[in-house]
Amino acid sequence: MKKIASLLAALTLGIGIQCAAFAQGIAPDALVKSVTDDVITIVRQDKAIQSGDTRKAVDLVEAKVLPYFDFAHMTRLAVGKDWRQANAEQKTVLTHEFKNLLVRTYSNALTQYRNQHIDFKPLKAKPEDTDVVVRTEVRQPGAKPVQIDYNLEKQGDDWKVYDVMVAGVSLVTNYRDSFGQEVRNGGIDGLIKSLKDKNKQLETTVSAKK
Amino acid sequence: MKKNKKPELRAVRRSVATLLLGLGLTACAGPGGHPKDPLEPINRVTFRFNETADRYVMRPAAEVYDLAPLPVKVGVGNFFGNLADVWIGVNNLLQGKFAEGLSDGGRFLVNSTVGMLGVFDIATELGLDKHDEDLGQTLGRWGVGDGPYIVLPLLGSSNLRDTAGLIGDLNVDPVIGIDSPGPRNRVTALRFINRRSQLLGADATAEQASLDKYDYVRSFYIQYRQSQIYDGQPPRVKDPDDEAYMDEATPASPTRKENQE
Repeated sequence: MKKIASLLAALTLGIGIQCAAFAQGIAPDALVKSVTDDVITIVRQDKAIQSGDTRKAVDLVEAKVLPYFDFAHMTRLAVGKDWRQANAEQKTVLTHEFKNLLVRTYSNALTQYRNQHIDFKPLKAKPEDTDVVVRTEVRQPGAKPVQIDYNLEKQGDDWKVYDVMVAGVSLVTNYRDSFGQEVRNGGIDGLIKSLKDKNKQLETTVSAKK
Repeated sequence: MKKNKKPELRAVRRSVATLLLGLGLTACAGPGGHPKDPLEPINRVTFRFNETADRYVMRPAAEVYDLAPLPVKVGVGNFFGNLADVWIGVNNLLQGKFAEGLSDGGRFLVNSTVGMLGVFDIATELGLDKHDEDLGQTLGRWGVGDGPYIVLPLLGSSNLRDTAGLIGDLNVDPVIGIDSPGPRNRVTALRFINRRSQLLGADATAEQASLDKYDYVRSFYIQYRQSQIYDGQPPRVKDPDDEAYMDEATPASPTRKENQE
Protein backbone atom coordinates (compact mmCIF):
# COMPACT_ATOMS: atom_id res chain seq x y z
CA MET A 1 0.00 0.00 0.00
CA LYS A 2 2.78 2.32 0.97
CA LYS A 3 4.54 1.45 -2.23
CA ILE A 4 1.55 2.32 -4.34
CA ALA A 5 1.15 5.58 -2.52
CA SER A 6 4.73 6.57 -3.11
CA LEU A 7 4.44 5.48 -6.73
CA LEU A 8 1.40 7.67 -7.13
CA ALA A 9 3.19 10.52 -5.44
CA ALA A 10 6.14 10.08 -7.79
CA LEU A 11 3.81 9.96 -10.75
CA THR A 12 1.99 13.13 -9.74
CA LEU A 13 5.27 14.84 -9.11
CA GLY A 14 6.50 13.65 -12.48
CA ILE A 15 3.45 15.01 -14.23
CA GLY A 16 3.77 18.22 -12.31
CA ILE A 17 7.36 18.63 -13.45
CA GLN A 18 6.43 17.83 -17.03
CA CYS A 19 3.67 20.40 -16.96
CA ALA A 20 6.11 22.95 -15.64
CA ALA A 21 8.53 22.06 -18.43
CA PHE A 22 5.74 22.45 -20.93
CA ALA A 23 4.74 25.80 -19.54
CA GLN A 24 8.31 26.95 -20.04
CA GLY A 25 7.65 27.06 -23.74
CA ILE A 26 8.08 24.88 -26.73
CA ALA A 27 11.28 22.83 -27.16
CA PRO A 28 13.80 24.11 -29.74
CA ASP A 29 13.45 21.20 -32.17
CA ALA A 30 9.66 21.33 -31.97
CA LEU A 31 9.83 25.06 -32.60
CA VAL A 32 11.94 24.69 -35.75
CA LYS A 33 9.70 21.91 -37.02
CA SER A 34 6.46 23.78 -36.47
CA VAL A 35 7.75 26.98 -38.10
CA THR A 36 9.16 25.04 -41.07
CA ASP A 37 5.96 23.04 -41.53
CA ASP A 38 3.88 26.21 -41.29
CA VAL A 39 5.90 28.04 -43.91
CA ILE A 40 6.05 25.10 -46.31
CA THR A 41 2.32 24.51 -46.10
CA ILE A 42 1.75 28.12 -47.09
CA VAL A 43 4.33 28.09 -49.90
CA ARG A 44 2.86 24.88 -51.32
CA GLN A 45 -0.51 26.55 -51.70
CA ASP A 46 0.72 29.96 -52.80
CA LYS A 47 1.08 30.13 -56.56
CA ALA A 48 2.36 33.72 -56.40
CA ILE A 49 5.34 32.80 -54.22
CA GLN A 50 6.09 29.77 -56.37
CA SER A 51 6.20 31.91 -59.47
CA GLY A 52 8.72 34.27 -57.91
CA ASP A 53 6.78 36.95 -56.02
CA THR A 54 9.56 38.03 -53.67
CA ARG A 55 7.42 40.64 -51.94
CA LYS A 56 4.93 38.03 -50.84
CA ALA A 57 7.72 35.73 -49.70
CA VAL A 58 9.17 38.56 -47.61
CA ASP A 59 5.77 39.19 -46.01
CA LEU A 60 5.45 35.52 -45.16
CA VAL A 61 8.92 35.39 -43.61
CA GLU A 62 8.28 38.56 -41.63
CA ALA A 63 5.04 37.22 -40.19
CA LYS A 64 5.99 33.61 -39.54
CA VAL A 65 9.75 33.38 -39.15
CA LEU A 66 11.20 36.64 -37.85
CA PRO A 67 9.65 36.48 -34.38
CA TYR A 68 11.89 33.49 -33.66
CA PHE A 69 15.15 35.12 -34.73
CA ASP A 70 17.49 37.24 -32.65
CA PHE A 71 18.89 39.67 -35.18
CA ALA A 72 20.87 41.66 -32.65
CA HIS A 73 22.85 38.53 -31.81
CA MET A 74 23.23 37.64 -35.51
CA THR A 75 24.53 41.09 -36.36
CA ARG A 76 26.96 41.01 -33.46
CA LEU A 77 28.32 37.68 -34.73
CA ALA A 78 28.59 38.91 -38.30
CA VAL A 79 30.39 42.12 -37.39
CA GLY A 80 32.77 40.38 -34.99
CA LYS A 81 35.35 42.30 -33.04
CA ASP A 82 34.46 45.64 -34.63
CA TRP A 83 31.06 45.48 -32.91
CA ARG A 84 32.56 47.12 -29.84
CA GLN A 85 33.55 50.20 -31.83
CA ALA A 86 29.93 50.86 -32.71
CA ASN A 87 27.80 53.12 -30.53
CA ALA A 88 24.26 52.22 -29.52
CA GLU A 89 22.67 54.02 -32.46
CA GLN A 90 25.04 52.48 -34.99
CA LYS A 91 24.29 49.06 -33.53
CA THR A 92 20.58 49.62 -33.98
CA VAL A 93 21.03 50.73 -37.58
CA LEU A 94 23.42 47.88 -38.38
CA THR A 95 21.01 45.34 -36.95
CA HIS A 96 18.14 46.82 -38.93
CA GLU A 97 20.03 46.83 -42.23
CA PHE A 98 21.55 43.40 -41.78
CA LYS A 99 18.14 42.00 -40.97
CA ASN A 100 16.74 43.51 -44.16
CA LEU A 101 19.57 42.06 -46.22
CA LEU A 102 19.12 38.56 -44.83
CA VAL A 103 15.34 38.64 -45.11
CA ARG A 104 15.38 39.90 -48.72
CA THR A 105 17.97 37.43 -49.86
CA TYR A 106 16.70 34.31 -48.23
CA SER A 107 13.00 35.00 -48.76
CA ASN A 108 13.89 34.74 -52.40
CA ALA A 109 15.11 31.22 -51.80
CA LEU A 110 11.54 30.35 -50.76
CA THR A 111 10.32 31.18 -54.26
CA GLN A 112 12.55 28.36 -55.50
CA TYR A 113 10.89 25.78 -53.29
CA ARG A 114 9.73 22.77 -55.28
CA ASN A 115 8.53 19.79 -53.29
CA GLN A 116 11.76 19.22 -51.43
CA HIS A 117 11.37 16.97 -48.45
CA ILE A 118 12.70 18.08 -45.08
CA ASP A 119 13.99 15.58 -42.54
CA PHE A 120 14.33 16.61 -38.90
CA LYS A 121 17.18 14.94 -37.05
CA PRO A 122 16.73 13.96 -33.39
CA LEU A 123 17.89 16.69 -31.05
CA LYS A 124 21.07 15.92 -29.15
CA ALA A 125 20.85 18.14 -26.12
CA LYS A 126 20.52 17.96 -22.37
CA PRO A 127 17.45 19.52 -20.78
CA GLU A 128 19.57 22.13 -19.00
CA ASP A 129 21.29 23.27 -22.23
CA THR A 130 20.69 26.86 -23.21
CA ASP A 131 22.46 26.70 -26.57
CA VAL A 132 21.53 23.93 -29.01
CA VAL A 133 21.78 22.94 -32.66
CA VAL A 134 18.69 21.66 -34.45
CA ARG A 135 19.71 19.66 -37.51
CA THR A 136 17.60 19.23 -40.60
CA GLU A 137 18.22 17.89 -44.07
CA VAL A 138 16.57 18.97 -47.30
CA ARG A 139 16.19 16.10 -49.75
CA GLN A 140 15.38 16.40 -53.41
CA PRO A 141 15.52 13.99 -56.31
CA GLY A 142 18.77 13.88 -58.29
CA ALA A 143 20.76 16.12 -55.97
CA LYS A 144 22.71 15.63 -52.81
CA PRO A 145 20.72 16.33 -49.64
CA VAL A 146 21.53 19.72 -48.18
CA GLN A 147 22.11 19.98 -44.47
CA ILE A 148 20.52 22.98 -42.74
CA ASP A 149 21.29 23.50 -39.07
CA TYR A 150 19.79 26.09 -36.75
CA ASN A 151 21.65 27.38 -33.72
CA LEU A 152 19.26 28.41 -30.98
CA GLU A 153 19.78 30.14 -27.71
CA LYS A 154 17.46 30.16 -24.74
CA GLN A 155 16.29 33.60 -23.72
CA GLY A 156 14.10 33.43 -20.66
CA ASP A 157 11.48 30.86 -21.58
CA ASP A 158 11.84 31.22 -25.33
CA TRP A 159 14.28 29.87 -27.86
CA LYS A 160 15.67 32.21 -30.50
CA VAL A 161 17.63 31.32 -33.62
CA TYR A 162 20.91 33.20 -33.86
CA ASP A 163 22.64 31.36 -36.69
CA VAL A 164 21.68 29.23 -39.67
CA MET A 165 24.19 26.88 -41.25
CA VAL A 166 23.64 25.72 -44.81
CA ALA A 167 25.86 22.79 -45.85
CA GLY A 168 28.01 23.57 -42.83
CA VAL A 169 28.40 27.22 -43.74
CA SER A 170 27.17 29.87 -41.34
CA LEU A 171 25.10 32.45 -43.17
CA VAL A 172 26.08 34.89 -40.45
CA THR A 173 29.82 34.52 -39.98
CA ASN A 174 30.17 34.21 -43.74
CA TYR A 175 29.79 37.99 -43.72
CA ARG A 176 32.58 38.62 -41.25
CA ASP A 177 35.39 38.98 -43.81
CA SER A 178 33.60 41.48 -45.98
CA PHE A 179 32.20 43.40 -43.00
CA GLY A 180 35.70 43.62 -41.55
CA GLN A 181 36.96 44.92 -44.88
CA GLU A 182 34.24 47.58 -44.99
CA VAL A 183 35.04 48.71 -41.44
CA ARG A 184 38.76 48.92 -42.26
CA ASN A 185 37.96 51.03 -45.33
CA GLY A 186 35.32 53.36 -43.95
CA GLY A 187 34.68 52.65 -40.29
CA ILE A 188 31.35 51.50 -38.88
CA ASP A 189 29.58 54.21 -40.88
CA GLY A 190 31.21 52.89 -44.04
CA LEU A 191 29.77 49.45 -43.32
CA ILE A 192 26.34 50.94 -42.63
CA LYS A 193 26.46 52.80 -45.92
CA SER A 194 27.45 49.67 -47.88
CA LEU A 195 24.60 47.72 -46.31
CA LYS A 196 22.11 50.48 -47.07
CA ASP A 197 23.30 50.68 -50.68
CA LYS A 198 23.06 46.91 -51.07
CA ASN A 199 19.52 46.89 -49.69
CA LYS A 200 18.48 49.75 -51.96
CA GLN A 201 19.88 47.88 -54.93
CA LEU A 202 17.99 44.72 -53.94
CA GLU A 203 14.84 46.78 -53.43
CA THR A 204 14.97 48.13 -56.98
CA THR A 205 15.59 44.73 -58.53
CA VAL A 206 12.73 43.30 -56.51
CA SER A 207 10.30 45.94 -57.68
CA ALA A 208 11.65 45.76 -61.23
CA LYS A 209 10.92 42.05 -61.23
CA LYS A 210 7.36 42.67 -60.11
CA MET B 1 45.68 5.18 -72.76
CA LYS B 2 48.76 6.36 -70.97
CA LYS B 3 49.86 8.35 -73.99
CA ASN B 4 46.76 10.49 -74.02
CA LYS B 5 46.88 11.20 -70.34
CA LYS B 6 50.45 12.26 -70.01
CA PRO B 7 50.60 15.72 -71.65
CA GLU B 8 47.58 16.99 -69.76
CA LEU B 9 48.84 15.79 -66.46
CA ARG B 10 52.18 17.33 -67.16
CA ALA B 11 50.43 20.61 -67.87
CA VAL B 12 48.54 20.38 -64.59
CA ARG B 13 51.74 19.61 -62.72
CA ARG B 14 53.52 22.51 -64.37
CA SER B 15 50.77 24.96 -63.46
CA VAL B 16 50.87 23.73 -59.88
CA ALA B 17 54.61 24.26 -59.83
CA THR B 18 54.06 27.79 -61.11
CA LEU B 19 51.46 28.35 -58.43
CA LEU B 20 53.84 27.18 -55.76
CA LEU B 21 56.48 29.54 -57.06
CA GLY B 22 53.93 32.34 -57.00
CA LEU B 23 53.10 31.39 -53.44
CA GLY B 24 56.70 31.67 -52.39
CA LEU B 25 56.95 35.12 -53.91
CA THR B 26 53.77 36.57 -52.45
CA ALA B 27 53.68 34.76 -49.13
CA CYS B 28 54.69 37.95 -47.38
CA ALA B 29 51.74 40.03 -48.56
CA GLY B 30 51.03 43.23 -46.69
CA PRO B 31 48.90 43.54 -43.54
CA GLY B 32 45.14 43.82 -43.56
CA GLY B 33 44.65 40.95 -45.97
CA HIS B 34 42.91 37.70 -45.14
CA PRO B 35 45.36 35.43 -43.30
CA LYS B 36 44.35 32.45 -45.47
CA ASP B 37 44.62 34.38 -48.71
CA PRO B 38 48.13 35.70 -49.33
CA LEU B 39 47.54 35.33 -53.09
CA GLU B 40 44.48 37.57 -53.05
CA PRO B 41 45.58 39.88 -55.90
CA ILE B 42 46.18 36.96 -58.28
CA ASN B 43 43.12 35.12 -57.01
CA ARG B 44 40.89 38.11 -57.68
CA VAL B 45 42.07 38.25 -61.29
CA THR B 46 41.31 34.54 -61.74
CA PHE B 47 37.98 35.02 -59.97
CA ARG B 48 36.96 37.79 -62.39
CA PHE B 49 38.00 35.63 -65.32
CA ASN B 50 35.95 32.72 -63.96
CA GLU B 51 32.92 34.96 -63.38
CA THR B 52 33.08 36.18 -66.97
CA ALA B 53 33.53 32.68 -68.37
CA ASP B 54 30.62 31.55 -66.24
CA ARG B 55 28.36 34.37 -67.37
CA TYR B 56 28.95 33.81 -71.08
CA VAL B 57 29.60 30.07 -71.34
CA MET B 58 28.92 27.83 -68.35
CA ARG B 59 25.79 29.44 -66.98
CA PRO B 60 24.00 29.71 -70.34
CA ALA B 61 24.92 26.09 -71.13
CA ALA B 62 23.61 25.01 -67.73
CA GLU B 63 20.39 26.96 -68.29
CA VAL B 64 19.76 25.19 -71.59
CA TYR B 65 20.57 21.85 -69.99
CA ASP B 66 18.20 22.68 -67.16
CA LEU B 67 15.29 22.62 -69.63
CA ALA B 68 15.68 18.84 -69.95
CA PRO B 69 13.01 16.80 -68.18
CA LEU B 70 13.79 16.08 -64.53
CA PRO B 71 14.19 12.27 -64.94
CA VAL B 72 16.89 12.87 -67.57
CA LYS B 73 18.80 15.26 -65.32
CA VAL B 74 18.45 12.93 -62.35
CA GLY B 75 19.72 10.03 -64.49
CA VAL B 76 22.75 12.00 -65.66
CA GLY B 77 23.54 13.07 -62.10
CA ASN B 78 23.17 9.49 -60.87
CA PHE B 79 25.39 8.14 -63.65
CA PHE B 80 28.32 10.39 -62.72
CA GLY B 81 27.58 9.92 -59.05
CA ASN B 82 27.89 6.15 -59.51
CA LEU B 83 31.26 6.47 -61.25
CA ALA B 84 32.43 8.59 -58.33
CA ASP B 85 31.30 6.12 -55.65
CA VAL B 86 34.31 3.82 -56.09
CA TRP B 87 36.81 6.57 -55.33
CA ILE B 88 34.58 7.89 -52.55
CA GLY B 89 34.69 4.41 -51.03
CA VAL B 90 38.48 4.28 -51.30
CA ASN B 91 38.70 7.62 -49.52
CA ASN B 92 36.38 6.43 -46.77
CA LEU B 93 38.66 3.42 -46.27
CA LEU B 94 41.71 5.70 -46.26
CA GLN B 95 40.02 7.72 -43.51
CA GLY B 96 39.36 4.57 -41.49
CA LYS B 97 35.60 4.68 -42.06
CA PHE B 98 35.24 1.04 -43.04
CA ALA B 99 31.47 0.73 -42.79
CA GLU B 100 31.04 3.75 -45.06
CA GLY B 101 33.68 2.46 -47.49
CA LEU B 102 31.99 -0.92 -47.76
CA SER B 103 28.63 0.74 -48.22
CA ASP B 104 30.07 2.78 -51.10
CA GLY B 105 31.35 -0.42 -52.71
CA GLY B 106 27.91 -1.94 -52.26
CA ARG B 107 26.33 1.12 -53.82
CA PHE B 108 28.55 0.79 -56.88
CA LEU B 109 27.71 -2.90 -57.30
CA VAL B 110 23.97 -2.41 -56.90
CA ASN B 111 23.68 0.72 -59.01
CA SER B 112 25.96 -0.52 -61.81
CA THR B 113 23.83 -3.63 -62.26
CA VAL B 114 20.27 -3.25 -61.01
CA GLY B 115 20.53 0.50 -61.45
CA MET B 116 21.32 0.19 -65.20
CA LEU B 117 24.92 1.46 -65.21
CA GLY B 118 24.18 3.90 -62.44
CA VAL B 119 21.32 5.78 -64.08
CA PHE B 120 19.00 4.74 -61.26
CA ASP B 121 20.12 5.18 -57.70
CA ILE B 122 18.59 2.02 -56.28
CA ALA B 123 21.16 1.83 -53.48
CA THR B 124 19.85 4.96 -51.74
CA GLU B 125 16.37 3.45 -51.69
CA LEU B 126 17.87 0.33 -50.14
CA GLY B 127 19.26 2.51 -47.36
CA LEU B 128 22.87 2.81 -48.57
CA ASP B 129 23.32 6.56 -48.32
CA LYS B 130 25.49 8.45 -50.75
CA HIS B 131 28.67 9.92 -49.28
CA ASP B 132 30.81 12.82 -50.28
CA GLU B 133 34.56 12.28 -50.10
CA ASP B 134 37.64 13.21 -52.08
CA LEU B 135 41.38 13.09 -51.59
CA GLY B 136 41.50 16.66 -50.26
CA GLN B 137 39.12 15.67 -47.46
CA THR B 138 41.18 12.57 -46.72
CA LEU B 139 44.32 14.67 -46.44
CA GLY B 140 42.40 17.04 -44.16
CA ARG B 141 41.30 14.13 -41.98
CA TRP B 142 44.91 13.07 -41.75
CA GLY B 143 45.74 16.47 -40.34
CA VAL B 144 47.19 18.14 -43.43
CA GLY B 145 46.53 21.89 -43.14
CA ASP B 146 44.63 23.60 -45.93
CA GLY B 147 47.37 26.07 -46.87
CA PRO B 148 46.65 29.25 -48.78
CA TYR B 149 43.37 29.77 -50.60
CA ILE B 150 43.67 29.42 -54.37
CA VAL B 151 41.18 30.26 -57.09
CA LEU B 152 41.78 27.80 -59.92
CA PRO B 153 41.03 28.84 -63.49
CA LEU B 154 37.50 27.64 -64.43
CA LEU B 155 37.36 25.23 -61.47
CA GLY B 156 37.02 27.98 -58.87
CA SER B 157 37.74 27.93 -55.14
CA SER B 158 40.43 25.64 -53.77
CA ASN B 159 43.46 25.71 -51.53
CA LEU B 160 46.90 24.16 -51.68
CA ARG B 161 45.84 20.90 -50.02
CA ASP B 162 42.68 20.51 -52.08
CA THR B 163 44.55 21.30 -55.31
CA ALA B 164 46.99 18.51 -54.53
CA GLY B 165 43.98 16.30 -53.70
CA LEU B 166 42.31 17.25 -56.96
CA ILE B 167 45.35 16.15 -58.97
CA GLY B 168 45.13 12.79 -57.19
CA ASP B 169 41.38 12.62 -57.85
CA LEU B 170 41.88 13.35 -61.55
CA ASN B 171 44.62 10.73 -61.84
CA VAL B 172 42.15 7.97 -61.07
CA ASP B 173 39.08 9.59 -62.62
CA PRO B 174 37.32 7.17 -65.00
CA VAL B 175 36.11 9.94 -67.33
CA ILE B 176 39.50 11.65 -67.62
CA GLY B 177 40.87 8.15 -68.25
CA ILE B 178 38.75 7.58 -71.37
CA ASP B 179 41.01 6.66 -74.30
CA SER B 180 39.90 8.85 -77.16
CA PRO B 181 39.87 12.61 -76.64
CA GLY B 182 36.57 13.21 -78.47
CA PRO B 183 34.26 11.21 -76.20
CA ARG B 184 36.34 12.12 -73.18
CA ASN B 185 35.86 15.84 -73.72
CA ARG B 186 32.16 15.50 -74.46
CA VAL B 187 31.52 13.41 -71.35
CA THR B 188 33.61 15.80 -69.24
CA ALA B 189 31.60 18.73 -70.58
CA LEU B 190 28.32 16.99 -69.76
CA ARG B 191 29.52 16.30 -66.25
CA PHE B 192 30.48 19.94 -65.72
CA ILE B 193 27.22 21.26 -67.12
CA ASN B 194 25.23 18.85 -64.98
CA ARG B 195 27.09 19.99 -61.88
CA ARG B 196 26.72 23.66 -62.82
CA SER B 197 22.98 23.30 -63.39
CA GLN B 198 22.54 22.05 -59.83
CA LEU B 199 23.91 25.37 -58.59
CA LEU B 200 21.61 27.59 -60.64
CA GLY B 201 19.53 28.72 -57.67
CA ALA B 202 22.39 28.98 -55.22
CA ASP B 203 24.52 31.29 -57.36
CA ALA B 204 21.71 33.83 -57.60
CA THR B 205 21.41 33.81 -53.82
CA ALA B 206 25.16 34.32 -53.38
CA GLU B 207 24.99 37.23 -55.81
CA GLN B 208 22.21 38.89 -53.83
CA ALA B 209 23.51 38.13 -50.39
CA SER B 210 27.07 39.36 -50.72
CA LEU B 211 28.58 42.79 -50.40
CA ASP B 212 31.69 41.48 -52.13
CA LYS B 213 31.16 38.20 -53.93
CA TYR B 214 34.84 37.28 -53.82
CA ASP B 215 34.94 37.56 -50.01
CA TYR B 216 31.64 35.74 -49.69
CA VAL B 217 32.69 32.82 -51.88
CA ARG B 218 36.07 32.52 -50.17
CA SER B 219 34.53 32.45 -46.72
CA PHE B 220 31.94 29.96 -47.94
CA TYR B 221 34.58 27.65 -49.37
CA ILE B 222 36.70 27.66 -46.22
CA GLN B 223 33.72 26.82 -43.98
CA TYR B 224 32.28 24.33 -46.46
CA ARG B 225 35.46 22.27 -46.74
CA GLN B 226 35.90 22.27 -42.98
CA SER B 227 32.38 20.91 -42.66
CA GLN B 228 32.92 18.30 -45.39
CA ILE B 229 36.10 17.00 -43.75
CA TYR B 230 34.06 16.30 -40.63
CA ASP B 231 31.12 14.91 -42.64
CA GLY B 232 28.83 17.81 -41.79
CA GLN B 233 29.57 17.87 -38.08
CA PRO B 234 32.74 19.89 -37.51
CA PRO B 235 33.70 20.33 -33.87
CA ARG B 236 31.45 23.02 -32.57
CA VAL B 237 33.46 25.94 -31.37
CA LYS B 238 31.51 28.54 -29.53
CA ASP B 239 32.84 31.74 -30.99
CA PRO B 240 35.43 32.75 -28.39
CA ASP B 241 34.71 36.41 -29.03
CA ASP B 242 30.95 36.08 -29.22
CA GLU B 243 30.26 36.90 -25.62
CA ALA B 244 33.08 39.42 -25.58
CA TYR B 245 31.28 41.44 -28.25
CA MET B 246 28.24 41.70 -26.07
CA ASP B 247 27.66 45.20 -24.93
CA GLU B 248 29.12 45.76 -21.53
CA ALA B 249 28.10 49.37 -21.25
CA THR B 250 25.04 49.55 -23.47
CA PRO B 251 22.02 47.70 -22.21
CA ALA B 252 20.79 45.14 -24.66
CA SER B 253 17.31 46.60 -24.66
CA PRO B 254 17.42 49.16 -27.50
CA THR B 255 18.55 46.63 -30.12
CA ARG B 256 16.39 43.91 -28.66
CA LYS B 257 13.30 46.04 -28.79
CA GLU B 258 14.01 47.02 -32.35
CA ASN B 259 14.22 43.41 -33.39
CA GLN B 260 10.97 42.46 -31.73
CA GLU B 261 9.01 44.92 -33.81
